[in-house]
Amino acid sequence: MGAKTEPSATRNAYGDALLELGEAHEDVVALDADLSVSTQSAKFGKAFPDRFFNVGAAEANMMSMACGLAVTGKRPYCSTFAIFAAGRAYDQVRLGIAHNELPVRIGASHGGVSLGEDGASHQMIEDIALMRAMPKMTVIVPADYNQAYRATLDSYESDEPMYMRFGRPATPVVYDEVPETLGPGVDVLREGKDISLIATGHMVWRALEAADSLEREDGVEAEVVNVSIIKPINSEAILESLAKTGVAVTAEEHRVVGGLADAVRQVAAEQHPVPVFAVGMGDEFGVSGTGEACMEHFGLTARGIADRAREALLLKPIVSHPPLFGPDWT
Amino acid sequence: MGFPASQPEGNPAANLAGMSHLRPVPDPRPPTKEAARGERVPTEAELERWATVLRIECVRMLAVAKSGHLDSSLSAADIVSALYNRVLRHDPENPGWAERDRFVLCKGHAAPIQYAALAHHGYFPLEDLQGLRKIGEPLQGHPDMNRTPGVEVSTGSLGQGLSMCVGISLALRLDGLAETSHVFGVLSDGDCQEGQTWEAATAAAHFGVRNLTAIVDYNHLQTDGTTEEVMDIGDVRAKFESFGWDAVEIDGHDMEAIVQALERSRRLDRPAAIVAQTRKGRGVSSMEGRFGFHGKPPSPEQAGEALDELMARLEEQTAALHDAEGKDGE
Repeated sequence: MGAKTEPSATRNAYGDALLELGEAHEDVVALDADLSVSTQSAKFGKAFPDRFFNVGAAEANMMSMACGLAVTGKRPYCSTFAIFAAGRAYDQVRLGIAHNELPVRIGASHGGVSLGEDGASHQMIEDIALMRAMPKMTVIVPADYNQAYRATLDSYESDEPMYMRFGRPATPVVYDEVPETLGPGVDVLREGKDISLIATGHMVWRALEAADSLEREDGVEAEVVNVSIIKPINSEAILESLAKTGVAVTAEEHRVVGGLADAVRQVAAEQHPVPVFAVGMGDEFGVSGTGEACMEHFGLTARGIADRAREALLLKPIVSHPPLFGPDWT
Repeated sequence: MGFPASQPEGNPAANLAGMSHLRPVPDPRPPTKEAARGERVPTEAELERWATVLRIECVRMLAVAKSGHLDSSLSAADIVSALYNRVLRHDPENPGWAERDRFVLCKGHAAPIQYAALAHHGYFPLEDLQGLRKIGEPLQGHPDMNRTPGVEVSTGSLGQGLSMCVGISLALRLDGLAETSHVFGVLSDGDCQEGQTWEAATAAAHFGVRNLTAIVDYNHLQTDGTTEEVMDIGDVRAKFESFGWDAVEIDGHDMEAIVQALERSRRLDRPAAIVAQTRKGRGVSSMEGRFGFHGKPPSPEQAGEALDELMARLEEQTAALHDAEGKDGE
């Protein structure tokens, strides 16, 4: 297990950790749908050809086969792009995996718009929403290579169905080491008292940059929170930060509908109603361009987060009141 | 014949005592247990008689549930009788036996026929059959592996079942059980309209699966009309053959042909398809081969007539068996 210090893609961590799981556990099997180089499951496939099933371009078949393997005692890892895992094969994941509560892991690579050039047909921006809505499904979105490595290794120990979202581009590391654990899935990476920047996946390192810029340019102390387990979300950790700062901006490479924004807003609305602003995709599909150009195009940048935070801070004295009811989090 | 005007609360079976047709099926001899089967396998005549018992249970269950797919269950009765009473290696006292054969009802809407077979083999009490589709009861509208003992995997979304079977077959192969444990999937003509079934058929041949038999209950009727009118799937046997399967076509109500085809399919070096030409609603004259009963429970009058007919057949079959036994004994 080697921690990365240079920018690296979360999908690489999945591939590396999957190989390690294969070495450690006989019951790990992997399936892919003709994308094993992209999803990185090819590393497992090369080492364990007997336990690797490349089904070709047939994602529905892959998910139901994984169900069959799991009911017969195996621990299947299904890899494909997020668009096919959550979009095309939704019913197969729903009935065969989630409804049966089977230990099947879906390694969904190329989530969001940062996959770039392939464009809207491949840029999955609704998968977190779809998988959050599915009963019994755990949804994990790691922030960098090191956390993705931990998430994949630990997934073996869990008995629940799990959707793990990984990304295509190399992104800066947020964790210096491979963390010991994902913990409750909510990490405060930087303490602050003025505003909470609550981010997931590729937006976490950008949120850290945004916090730097807010401190430098506005003297604002922003708290940066990484949510790696979006479902079930750890509401206590979210509420603790909201209670401290009284206003939040969420950031995700995903539709704000059904995504991290809604998950945080749901917690806030029920237990500590403070304003929660969102950075994410609106009512729109992705477009072609380089990954970074796509992120820029949709405002999924450190600048985008900082600007949204400035708007939120302007409104904070007007809209943010101490809660009228609920637990005392201060 | 008719239901009493007011029905008592509680156990739905309790109010059936007054209705002769809905009393437990008279049968002094439980099905032969796998362990005791050894030297003596049930004859075709006995299997036919068991098919009648299963049909009677289906009519009773649907009459009580007032919901479900009766005609789809009846067309598969002979196949299911042959499997559970003769072909399958299973042990109701040890449902988790690793080396057992696996039965997957890909056409999950025909759940009552599997439930009847499971109950008569002692996987759960016969009384549970009358709880079909009722809140809080173990027998769901479609098979549920986590609620009903003996159900290997949940089904009910057409097209997924054969993929699940391929996954189970591969897992058994990884465990070194391909020569002993066989997977039998019962598909509908609707399954063959779903594209995923052909993804699974491709995969089974590609991965060299040997311990899998797909039985297609080709009854030619679906919700909106005949399969020929709605979406003609044509020569299903030829399709499976062209996908690299061993494929035969039989009369799905000819017990000798069913048993022969099933037992032959165990010994092949390829996945096997048995296209069973059947009649929807088989065994009940008012329904057999007639459109308009799919997903519609029988009215009390229809159920009464159906049970009259089936009980008369059961008596004939029982008497014939006793006569034959008597002759054997002389």
